[in-house]
Amino acid sequence: MAVVEEGAPAPAQQGTVVQARELTRRYGEGATAVDALRGVSLAVAAGELVAVMGPSGSGKSTLMHILAGLDKPTSGTVEIAGQEITSLDDRALTMLRRKHIGFVFQFFNLLPMLTAEENVLLPLSISGQKPEQRFLDELLRRTGLDERRTHRPAELSGGQQQRVAIARSLVTRPTILFADEPTGNLDSKTGGEILDLLRESVDAYGQTTVMVTHEARAAAIADRVLFIADGLIVRELQRATAQQVLDVMAGLDS
Amino acid sequence: MIGVALKGLLGRKLRACLTAVAVVLGIAMVSGTYVLTDTIKAGFSGLFTTVYQGADAIVSGKSAIGGGDQNGPGLAPAFSESLLQRVRALPHVADAGGNVAYPTLLVGRDGKVMAAQAGGLGFGIDPRHADDPIDPLKLVTGAWPTNGRQIAIDVATANKKDYAVGDTIGAVASGASRRYRISGIVKLGDASIGGTTLAVFDLATGQRIFHKEGKLDTIYVKSKSGVTQTRLLQELRSVLPPTAQVRSAAAQAKHDTDNTSTFTSIIQDFLLAFAGIALFVGSFVIANTLSITIAQRTREFATLRTLGATRRQVLRSVIVEALVIGFLASLVGLFAGLGLAKLLNQLFIALGIDLPKASTVFATRTIVVSLVLGTVVTLLASLRPAVRATRVEPIAAVREGALLPRSRLARFGLPFALVTCAVAVALLLFGALDGSASTKQRLLGIGAGVLILFFGVALVAPRLVRPLARVLGAPAARFAGAPGRLARQNAMRAPSRTAATASALMIGLALVTVVAVLAAGLKGRFESSVHALFNADYALTSQNGFIPTGVDSAKALVHVPGVEVVSSVRAGEARVFGKRIGITGTDAQMPKVISIDWVPGSEHVAPFVSKDFAKKHGLRVGSPLTLQVPSGKSVRVTIRGIVDPPKGGSPFTDVTIPNSVFDRAYANPTNLYSFVKVQGGATPQNTARLNAALKRFPDAKLQTEGEFEKNQEQGITLLLNLLYVLLSLSIVVSLFGIVNTLVLTVFERTRELGMLRAVGMTRRQVRRMIRHESVVTALIGAALGIPVGIGLGALVGHAISYPIFTVPWGTIVVFVFAAVVAGLIAAIFPARRAGRLNVLEALQYE
Repeated sequence: MAVVEEGAPAPAQQGTVVQARELTRRYGEGATAVDALRGVSLAVAAGELVAVMGPSGSGKSTLMHILAGLDKPTSGTVEIAGQEITSLDDRALTMLRRKHIGFVFQFFNLLPMLTAEENVLLPLSISGQKPEQRFLDELLRRTGLDERRTHRPAELSGGQQQRVAIARSLVTRPTILFADEPTGNLDSKTGGEILDLLRESVDAYGQTTVMVTHEARAAAIADRVLFIADGLIVRELQRATAQQVLDVMAGLDS
Repeated sequence: MIGVALKGLLGRKLRACLTAVAVVLGIAMVSGTYVLTDTIKAGFSGLFTTVYQGADAIVSGKSAIGGGDQNGPGLAPAFSESLLQRVRALPHVADAGGNVAYPTLLVGRDGKVMAAQAGGLGFGIDPRHADDPIDPLKLVTGAWPTNGRQIAIDVATANKKDYAVGDTIGAVASGASRRYRISGIVKLGDASIGGTTLAVFDLATGQRIFHKEGKLDTIYVKSKSGVTQTRLLQELRSVLPPTAQVRSAAAQAKHDTDNTSTFTSIIQDFLLAFAGIALFVGSFVIANTLSITIAQRTREFATLRTLGATRRQVLRSVIVEALVIGFLASLVGLFAGLGLAKLLNQLFIALGIDLPKASTVFATRTIVVSLVLGTVVTLLASLRPAVRATRVEPIAAVREGALLPRSRLARFGLPFALVTCAVAVALLLFGALDGSASTKQRLLGIGAGVLILFFGVALVAPRLVRPLARVLGAPAARFAGAPGRLARQNAMRAPSRTAATASALMIGLALVTVVAVLAAGLKGRFESSVHALFNADYALTSQNGFIPTGVDSAKALVHVPGVEVVSSVRAGEARVFGKRIGITGTDAQMPKVISIDWVPGSEHVAPFVSKDFAKKHGLRVGSPLTLQVPSGKSVRVTIRGIVDPPKGGSPFTDVTIPNSVFDRAYANPTNLYSFVKVQGGATPQNTARLNAALKRFPDAKLQTEGEFEKNQEQGITLLLNLLYVLLSLSIVVSLFGIVNTLVLTVFERTRELGMLRAVGMTRRQVRRMIRHESVVTALIGAALGIPVGIGLGALVGHAISYPIFTVPWGTIVVFVFAAVVAGLIAAIFPARRAGRLNVLEALQYE
């Protein structure tokens, strides 16, 4: 367990796939302006599963949105796979997403009219690529969707839907996978299974993952947990247990 | 990606259908119009082709002034029957036969004429030659008429009215009605003749009752085998008098078809205009429905973007969806048009227009135009929503309740809307007021102005929704309790959506209001003209009021005891100053029955011309005027008066000559109107006495001033009803717009409706809430459309120089009431859906 000084920039390391420097984000203007991020720097190494923890309103979602290129910082830079992304135009960002970024959402965001398999293949059909059948089969087996290929989201349970979403995010073998509260809309048992699946994908495919969560249990599967409060990274834990995470959170709340 | 779009479409069948309905209706109208008019055209063409199929060449009368050479009053003159002998004697002619023809009505057992609207044809034929294959009339049963007491009638009439060989039936041509014994049943060619009736007499009888003694109208010629057509025509031309012409049978059939196709083309353009309006309204509905569905799919588009979809791909997927919807809807509309064509035909028959028809013609042009038009309209309507879909940011995928970003142009919204309205008003004012521009330019200005105005009002409408809903929703809020108050709030909470929905209805309502305003003005003006002019006790016209009748009916009234004046207005065509125009004839008694304004210096007798005509041609009292009549004769008269006819219509055309002159110039003079003055005025006794004298003239109709006014207005009333029926299609389209918006809104507010139910709202209250929202929307449409319609009506009325501007308040109240009913009808389906929501599921709906 290592604690980093508040505000200290994370050192660039070998095999870094995400590198953020001095990110700030201000919403609104004048008296009503809100600083969601107030100078966050971090680096995510290849094959690493990083959890971002924090109470609501801490800025953790904003951080993830900026890291994933969904939102632009007020200042600071983000590099993904060595490419500076905050200044990219829409087209370049789209290409970046196709090649490097995978998403898992709290509300699954599956297309209701497509079958499970079609949903999984969607990123490939969007970019006009042919699926590798063997990899696809393996992915569906690993995510436990083998028997559910032809089912539509409405015929699947929440956990199964999230499995489809995870398979969809892995199918392009993205450089970095962003998971936004992946268990936030699931019961605790199903949530646990989804966390296991995320951990497994990191172990089996070396899938670099950044997960935003407010659940200690979720953070406990991470290699590293970053704690955010008031727009700053305030603590960092390596391979923490759920209890350790809870303790830190309790400290943050008070 | 396209696969995704198509699967998405399948997944949202109801929404896709809702979008499609608007296109289906408009395209059904396009397709139905083409099918109907093509079928009528084919009917005419088939009729004329079979009529002439046995002949090689046709000799017909030739009007010296050009124009129609049908056997009508003032049209082609007949030629001497001796021509037939000369034609038969020609070396290359194998056979020839001839006939006379004149409009003839059959008179039923009740003493009334049949087919007063569609009209009837009469022929005089030579029974010895009538069985020749060159004769167009074919005997079905019985025998040809061979003497003055016999008649043959057409098979359709015989069947419909239950007449058989041996029965007696009346017939009236240009004189008194007579009864004949039916010797045979005939048909003309091999095709339908629509609602027209046929009366066939032997030649001498025909010539006598048509007033064409010793004359023929048509000669059918068959050449000897091996003779070329050119040769035959050349030979025939060598014996023709100047009042006759010859055409090959094919050319004659084409010529006759072309004569009728002008009429069918007018019907076609007329109906297509309404199809265009329905499609225009439909495009509003499609754009709005797509906007709503796209707003509801914000999260989906954002997800696609996070998965790497480009803006272009999002655009393409929406457009592909629109293309597919548009194409399928057009396909459905295309076939629905086949049914609509039958309905339109029934509508026309109900209005007295029963035209020949072949079996249904489904032309390639109909298919292509319908499919392309429907697809393109849908595509155009989808462009703006599609572009908005591309503006969905990927981040919307992770935001709950993400909204569609405002259009980039939104902040220019109000100025743009106002500029659009200003441009429209400028165009309208140009069209209505600029006297120096040509009529075509002015009408174009008005047309473009109207279209742009509709757009402009639709753009301004979102700003008007809140105040309008507040006022128009007040009764609901006041009397319908919580559901009424919520309904009003709901109508106000997405102003642009409510505005777009109401705008579609606004267009239809504005147009019916324009029609109502113009019709009220037209009627008012006509009535005031009749009041000003009519100084007689009775008027005598044909049964339908606008075709001329023989002069004998008026003559029959002269000797009725108590009759003081019978003054008739003749009608014909002549060439004056190089132009073929309608002319009228009148007699010296006229000023006793018609009070028309005379320009000072006039003698109050014919020949006279209208003030405008005199001004145009520099004529004054004493000027000479030359008229060329169809027979080729020239008639020289000296103008003795100039009249200033009222704007609402006059019994006279621009040129009126004395009846004595008229009757010398025209072989078979006919009356358009006769006016009668009787001792004691219009009394039941006088009416009975006059009608008794008219017993032998069932084609004539005696009317008092009030009846005359009403009969003459019938045309306007019929047209008005036709316009209302056709415009109602656009209103139906806009009703579907309301249905769409409400259904989609119910989808969107599922959770909210569940909450309302959970806190105690009953199903009935939920339904009432939806119903009130619908009515408020419809009333907003009325509040926008009716004032626009009144304004347009005033401008258009002014443009067609129309001094009386009348707002038909009664009709407008009916329209408002109709809008409320329309709103209630539109709400039925959405309200039922909303009422059926399961509370628990609705609360969990995401």
